[in-house]
Amino acid sequence: MSDAPAITVSCRVNGTPAELHGHPMDRLLDVLRLELRLTGSKEGCGEGECGACSIMIDGQLVNSCLVPLLHAQGTSITTIEGVAEGDRLHAVQEAFIAHGGAQCGICTPGMVLAAITLLERTPEPSLDDIRTALAGNLCRCTGYTRIFEAVLQACRSMPRSGA
Amino acid sequence: MLLGQSIPRREGRAKVTGRAQYVDDFVLPGMLFGATVRSAAPRGLIKRIEFEPDIPWSDFVVVTAADVPGVNRVALIVDDQPCLAADRINHPEEPVVLLAHPDRHLLEEARRHVRIDIDPEPAVFTMDDALEGRAIVWGQDNIFKNYLVTRGDVDAAMEFADLIVEGEYETGAQEQLYIEPNGMVATASPTGGVTVWGSMQCPYYIHKALKALFALPGDKVRVVQMETGGGFGGKEEYPSIIACHAALLAWKSGRPVKLVYDRAEDMVATTKRHPSRTRHRTAVTREGRLVAMDVDFVIDGGAYCTLSPVVLSRGTIHSAGPYVCPNVRLHGRAVATNAPPHGAFRGFGAPQSLFALERHMDRVAAAVGLTPDELRRRNFIRAGDTSAVGQVMRDPIDMGALLDRALGISDYHAKRARFDEINPSLRVRKGIGLATFMHGAGFTGSGEDHLASVVAVEATADGRVRVLSSNTEIGQGTNTIFAQIAAETLDIAIDAIEIAQPDTSIVPDSGPTVASRTCMVVGKLVESAARGLRTELEKVGLGDGTAGPDAFRRACADYAVRFGHLRAIARYAAPPGLRWDDETYQGDAYGTYAWAVYVAEVSVDTTTWETRVDDFVAVQEVGKVINPVLATGQIEGGVAQAIGWALYERVVWREGRMANGEMTNYIMPTSLDVPPIRVFFEEQPYAFGPSGAKGIGELPMDGPAPAILNAVAHATGADPRAIPMLPEALMALLETPRV
Amino acid sequence: MPEHATVRSVRSFLPEFDLHAPANLTDALETLAREPGQWRLFAGGTDLMVLLEAGKLPAGRYLSLWGLSELRGIEITDDEIVLGALTTYADVMGSEALQAECPLVCRAAAETGGVATQNRGTIGGNIANASPAADTPPALLVYDADVDLVSVRGVRRVAYDRFHLGYKQMDLAPDELVQSVRLARGRGGWLHAWRKVGTRRAQAISKLCFASAIDLTGTAVRDIRVALGSVAPTVVRAAHAEAAIRGRAITHETIAASCAALARDIAPIDDLRSTAQYRLRVARNLLEEFLSSAVA
Repeated sequence: MSDAPAITVSCRVNGTPAELHGHPMDRLLDVLRLELRLTGSKEGCGEGECGACSIMIDGQLVNSCLVPLLHAQGTSITTIEGVAEGDRLHAVQEAFIAHGGAQCGICTPGMVLAAITLLERTPEPSLDDIRTALAGNLCRCTGYTRIFEAVLQACRSMPRSGA
Repeated sequence: MLLGQSIPRREGRAKVTGRAQYVDDFVLPGMLFGATVRSAAPRGLIKRIEFEPDIPWSDFVVVTAADVPGVNRVALIVDDQPCLAADRINHPEEPVVLLAHPDRHLLEEARRHVRIDIDPEPAVFTMDDALEGRAIVWGQDNIFKNYLVTRGDVDAAMEFADLIVEGEYETGAQEQLYIEPNGMVATASPTGGVTVWGSMQCPYYIHKALKALFALPGDKVRVVQMETGGGFGGKEEYPSIIACHAALLAWKSGRPVKLVYDRAEDMVATTKRHPSRTRHRTAVTREGRLVAMDVDFVIDGGAYCTLSPVVLSRGTIHSAGPYVCPNVRLHGRAVATNAPPHGAFRGFGAPQSLFALERHMDRVAAAVGLTPDELRRRNFIRAGDTSAVGQVMRDPIDMGALLDRALGISDYHAKRARFDEINPSLRVRKGIGLATFMHGAGFTGSGEDHLASVVAVEATADGRVRVLSSNTEIGQGTNTIFAQIAAETLDIAIDAIEIAQPDTSIVPDSGPTVASRTCMVVGKLVESAARGLRTELEKVGLGDGTAGPDAFRRACADYAVRFGHLRAIARYAAPPGLRWDDETYQGDAYGTYAWAVYVAEVSVDTTTWETRVDDFVAVQEVGKVINPVLATGQIEGGVAQAIGWALYERVVWREGRMANGEMTNYIMPTSLDVPPIRVFFEEQPYAFGPSGAKGIGELPMDGPAPAILNAVAHATGADPRAIPMLPEALMALLETPRV
Repeated sequence: MPEHATVRSVRSFLPEFDLHAPANLTDALETLAREPGQWRLFAGGTDLMVLLEAGKLPAGRYLSLWGLSELRGIEITDDEIVLGALTTYADVMGSEALQAECPLVCRAAAETGGVATQNRGTIGGNIANASPAADTPPALLVYDADVDLVSVRGVRRVAYDRFHLGYKQMDLAPDELVQSVRLARGRGGWLHAWRKVGTRRAQAISKLCFASAIDLTGTAVRDIRVALGSVAPTVVRAAHAEAAIRGRAITHETIAASCAALARDIAPIDDLRSTAQYRLRVARNLLEEFLSSAVA
């Protein structure tokens, strides 16, 4: 039996320096939810299949249920709680509300982050681009159609980065 | 006018920002985690429960059947299911021991160190084995329920039939796969009573179960629904069990307990859609008129009765479809096998029997020499006709017009012809298929009378209104449409409406959130209660030439001063003239039906035998669309779920246990798998629904599977009869080795 | 009994596990050499964390390679493309050189999981996990991959088609780890085919996986590679199917011969996902379809 000491990990979470504590193989999902009380990221499967736990690490979409705490060291993490700026929702969030992209809402945080990641890389995605980018985020309620619509509408209202 | 507008979902902001509170987000001070120790064997006597060494058991809360204060039963219909297995096991994953501890690492370790020794007994795993009585595992004959509906004389009609077509059709189990697994948090004590918070569709079902388990009066039991991440029926009756378990651990320990399943446990231990087997024998004239329908419909209920009689009832009634036929015999049976009990799942028996019927109708059409649409057109039920269960259809119905519209939008005939022409030279073959069907809204027969639902609406002195019902928001839009209905009726701003959280200590029992009843039945009660509130306010002059939000506020202020608390109640009353006989199973099965025609266009790759749905057209008549975005979302989601059931979602059974209980191995559609789903509504207002609305939540589950298989049959010439229709199965039907 | 609930966990008993990050590659290799058989390797976590959560990961000590920059990067030489072991699927998809010269590796990466998995899953981890259902390995075989294995004793090069010895068995010593994978350049002009057959279009463990490339002149096959996954205890080169058509013209007869020979290269089974019969028939169909389309 190993006697793994508890570790302390320094990182940034939603723009703020944070210290996380636990076993090196604790799931980052659990540490974010329980230590930082950031409960927006959800557990849907514990297998990296459903994407309800999606967060961004160093600008990349990852399944936080598959990231061991040790790997958070020195990283910059964004959860759903870090997407809106105060009361100002992101264009993707507004579009989800307006176009019915959320029904029960459990997949929504991960889905919003996946959509934002797509639009940051591909500001004018085709429907196929959207389908591919969201394929790792499962939704059981919507049949995805309203989500596609929301993402297409969101990119129309997002500011273009200066040329 | 708020009704008919796509008012955005009122809890949408909380959902897109991650602030919505689901049960696993909820923490209480001093809370313990719970875990369930379950049987590995499918059937037998519990010889011994051993707590193996190396675990500090005195630090754990341990609960067995002996700890149940009241009756060790899950109160539902026949109460045959124990809350915790006491002396015998009847299915794999049956719960036996509950554990709680603050350290979830240790809890999981401890769960592995409880051994349940079982003396095995012969078990039954298939419907046929159950019917043959290979072993008797429930009651006298393994049959939970039997229904026989007859009309005319089927046997005589068969004697003189021009043509008889027979077929047998099967559907597999389906996992609801809500993305949020089941979970509850409970506090409990003999003096304080029991409180549970959790993921659920039916707070009062849980309330009833807890009262019986703990022998407590109703006012000592409180059930609170938290934001619920999907239900689809999977959180209709099952949550009573997990609530009882969490409460037992809280009762014994004196501490709050959180019991949340991970995906693996939720998949193997909770309810699934009933598997089915339907046999059709149909007599038809040379011109394609239905003369006799003989249907034998069997569903697998798993080890305990739970809701099987009701699933059977709905499935049996729907098995004759949207057609008129003078001679009918519908024989329905629900049988027991040693699998975890099957339960509610969107459609509740109707998808199973309609799958069989609509696949069968294509084969009947082929036998007669008519196109699939023409055969159906010649047999559609119309206003004034009598259904298989003896219901005279009073509302206007025009299935022919719906069919025309669907055929037009999908370009059915032109595509059918073109595909026939090009397919022989293609590796990837195209097909187009349809299904025509209906879905009865609300509880069957006298069910709504028995529910006796109640809704309350209150107003404060400053004109804020609160709607109190036990119907839950589970993603379908309950809270938003209730607010629309109340605001419209009261002629005030929708922001002035609050929908109370379903908490049994403050809301009346408006019935369960099931059976496509929430908008149609309960929404109507919201409208009635709101109207009752207006009527009360007329006592202080509201309505004397005054209208609008300001007048309403003044009237509320006035009322508070003069009369005090303002509250109105609406109780369910059946529409006049509805008659139903539980003995003969005849009469007005449902207050009304939604009607639909669905068309699926597919590609079948003859290299791999994979089927893809390329386009899907869903046309339905629904009374009145209260909120177009929400209604469209219901149809799209239901179609996607049914596509999964038809093509991907297979439960692999090994001795009564689901062997593929991971999302990696149980396959639901991703964003890359769904076709464009094109949704169209017609409105034929139902007099007793709010603004004419009918129920629609389950309707979209009924049509896609047979439409898809009919399309595959068209594309390939194969005759598939079972779902999920996997490529391996299609290959077996068709392949001659190419090389 | 402790006062308050601690971090929620998984089905494994975490106190029996350790995950340690070495300072650099040298430190990692010295640790492996010093304590042989004591450490298992941990890359991106996309396979091992799933096992941990399911209670199926062997307890013990894990050495995290994730932070080792020496194992990252894609290098292009005159005749090879060299992928560091920690190259992620996302890195593969983003490489123009790979897209041009080894397109099947990019196709495989694009069909492995979803975006989140592609950002964390690594080529080295995929190889060392040794699943016969892995998607990238058949593509690696098509490009005659070599694997460089590194330890304190230096670098040992193994042809990838000799790396997997049996089901979940590798030619990898307890003190070695995968340093890089080397792919042959110069096949950009070949005809390539890739098909992963899974239950759905994304995020699916394959029922079978087919990767092939042909160097075609007219209708004559100058050279050919055929590799498959999920049809044997390891990923396989279909050597008999290749031999039946290498150096010959593509005709109905040679196609038939190649497809018939395929049965000697694979040994599909019935399992949770599919059947032996389906896998065999579809493998043949895919080969036949590719060969036919090459001369259509």
